[in-house]
Amino acid sequence: MRLAGFYLFAALVALLPVLFPDNYFVIVIGASAGLHVILAVGLNLLMGYAGQISLGHAAFFGMGAYASAILTTRFGWPSLLALAAGLVATGAIAWLLARPILRLRGHYLAMATLGFGIIVHVIMVQATRWTGGPDGLAGIPPLNLFGWSVEGDLQWYGVIVAAMLLALWLALNLVDSQVGRALRAVHGSEFAAQMMGVDTGRAKTQVFVVSALFAAFAGSLFAHQQAFVSPDSFNLTISVELVTMVVLGGMASTFGAACGAIALTLLHQGLVVFEDYEMLIHGALLMAVMIFLPQGLFVGLSQGAQRLWVTLRQES
Amino acid sequence: MPFDSPLTANPAPARGEEILLEVTGLSSSYGPVRAIHQADLHIYAGELVAIVGGNGAGKTTLLHTLSGLHPVSSGHIQFAGQNITRWPPHRIVAAGICQVLEGRQVFAPLSVEDNLRLGAYRQHRDLAWVRQETEHVYTLFPILAERRQQLAGTLSGGQQQMLAIGRALLGRPRLLLLDEPSMGLAPLLVEEIFQVIVELNGRGVTILLVEQNARAALAIARRGYILETGRIAKTAPAAELLADDDVRRAYLGY
Repeated sequence: MRLAGFYLFAALVALLPVLFPDNYFVIVIGASAGLHVILAVGLNLLMGYAGQISLGHAAFFGMGAYASAILTTRFGWPSLLALAAGLVATGAIAWLLARPILRLRGHYLAMATLGFGIIVHVIMVQATRWTGGPDGLAGIPPLNLFGWSVEGDLQWYGVIVAAMLLALWLALNLVDSQVGRALRAVHGSEFAAQMMGVDTGRAKTQVFVVSALFAAFAGSLFAHQQAFVSPDSFNLTISVELVTMVVLGGMASTFGAACGAIALTLLHQGLVVFEDYEMLIHGALLMAVMIFLPQGLFVGLSQGAQRLWVTLRQES
Repeated sequence: MPFDSPLTANPAPARGEEILLEVTGLSSSYGPVRAIHQADLHIYAGELVAIVGGNGAGKTTLLHTLSGLHPVSSGHIQFAGQNITRWPPHRIVAAGICQVLEGRQVFAPLSVEDNLRLGAYRQHRDLAWVRQETEHVYTLFPILAERRQQLAGTLSGGQQQMLAIGRALLGRPRLLLLDEPSMGLAPLLVEEIFQVIVELNGRGVTILLVEQNARAALAIARRGYILETGRIAKTAPAAELLADDDVRRAYLGY
C-alpha cells in the first residue's frame, strides 16, 4: 500500500510510449523530465527532509557527467565502469565537503554551496586540457549495458525511466526508514534530534552524499544520452532551477519533487513558443504558484482535491 | 497547593546508594560570558532532584552542558562510572541520559506515533521492548493513545509536553533530565504532569528536574539545588529548602 503511488506512476510512464507511439515530444521531453526527476528527488532528500539547502547541486550533476565523458573519451573506459568511478569520486568529494559545510546553517550554507557550485563550474571552463573548456567534450560513446548499446530516443527513454524509477524507489524507502526519520528530526529541531540520540553531523553528511550520488548518476546518463557535455549544462542557473523544482513540487514529498521536476520541464518546452517572453512568463508563473500554493503544486493540489471531494460528498 | 501530602513522601537516602551522576567544578560559557560557574552536584540512582532558580540563572545551560548540547569549559562529569565530559550528545544519550527540552520541541509535522518512534531511535533493534514501552507511555498518557495518528504540531501545549516526556522515555533513560515541564501550562495540567513525574520516579527512573516553579518542584523532589547567576547557591533536602526563609522570600513569594 505504501508504494501504491509508485506502482501507479511506474505503470503510467511505461504506458506513455505505447499511448503516443513515435511521438517526439513524449519520448524526448519525457527522458529529459526523467533526468530532472532523479536530480530533484535527490535534492529533496537534502532540502525537503533534512532541511539543508544546496545552491550548488549542478556541480554534482556535472561531476558525474564529466567523469563519464572524460573517462570514456580520453581513456577508453567502458561506460558502466566510468559511471561507477564517477559515483565513487563524486561521493568522496561530497563526503569531504559535507563535514565543514554542513556546520553552517541557513544563508551561510546557501552561500557556501553557491561558492562550491561556482568553483566547479570555473574548473570545467578553465581546465581545458581535461574538460575541453567552454567548448565542452564531444563524441561520448553510447552507454553500453552488458553488451547492449543504448541508442535512439526510445531506448534512451526506457533507460532513463528505469533509472528514475530506481531513484524514486530508493528515495521512498529511505524516507520511510530509520535514517529518514532521523533526517526529519534534524529538520524539525537539531537539538531535539540530538536528544533522540541522532548523530546529527553524521546524518547530514550521509544525506548530502546520497543526494550528490543521485545527481552524479543523472549526470552520467545525461552525458551518454547527449553524447556531448559543456559547462553551460551545469552552471548556477541549473542549480537554481533544481531548487525551484523541489520547492515548486512541494518540499518533503518525494512525489512532490518529481511532480515539480516534470512540471518545470514541461513549462520550459511549452514556453518556447513565446520566445522573448519565455523568462517573463516563467517567472510570473513561479511567483503565482508560491503565492497561491505555498506548499507546492503536488501537496497544494492534492489537498485542494481532497477538500473539493469532501464538499461534493456533503452536498450530494 | 495540590502538591502536598502523598507526594512529599521523600525517602531518606539509603545507605550505600550508588552515585549515578557526579558533576565537579563544571563551568561553561557563551563566548566571554560565563553561564555556569564551578558547579558541583550529584545524583544518587533512583533519586528525584530539583534545580530551581530564576530566569537566566543558567538552569537550561546547565542541562545542555550535561547532555552535550553546550560545550564544557572546564570541570568534570561522571555518569555511571564513565567520564562523559566532552562526549557528543548522541553518545551521552546512548549512555542513558535523556533530556526533555525546554518548550517541548516535538516534531510538529510528524504524527504522535512517529515522534515516539524517533524517541526510540537508539533502541529500534529491540522491537519487543519498544512496543512494550510505547504501550506504557500510552497508559501514562491515555490522550496520546487516542491521538496517535495526529500530527504533533496540532496537539495542545500540555499534550505536547506529555509527548515530549513519552518520547524521552523511549530513549530508555537511566537519568531523565526535565527542563521546565510546567512552562506555559494550566495549573491542572501542571499537577497531572508532576504526578506522572512522581510515578516515573517511583518506577525507578532517576530524575533531574529543572523548574522555575520552585514550589511545585521542591514539593516532589527529595533534594534540591538553588542556582543563582550560574552558581549553586544552596543545596539541601527539598523539605528544608521549602522551609528556608531566604528561599521562601526569593522563590516561593511569601
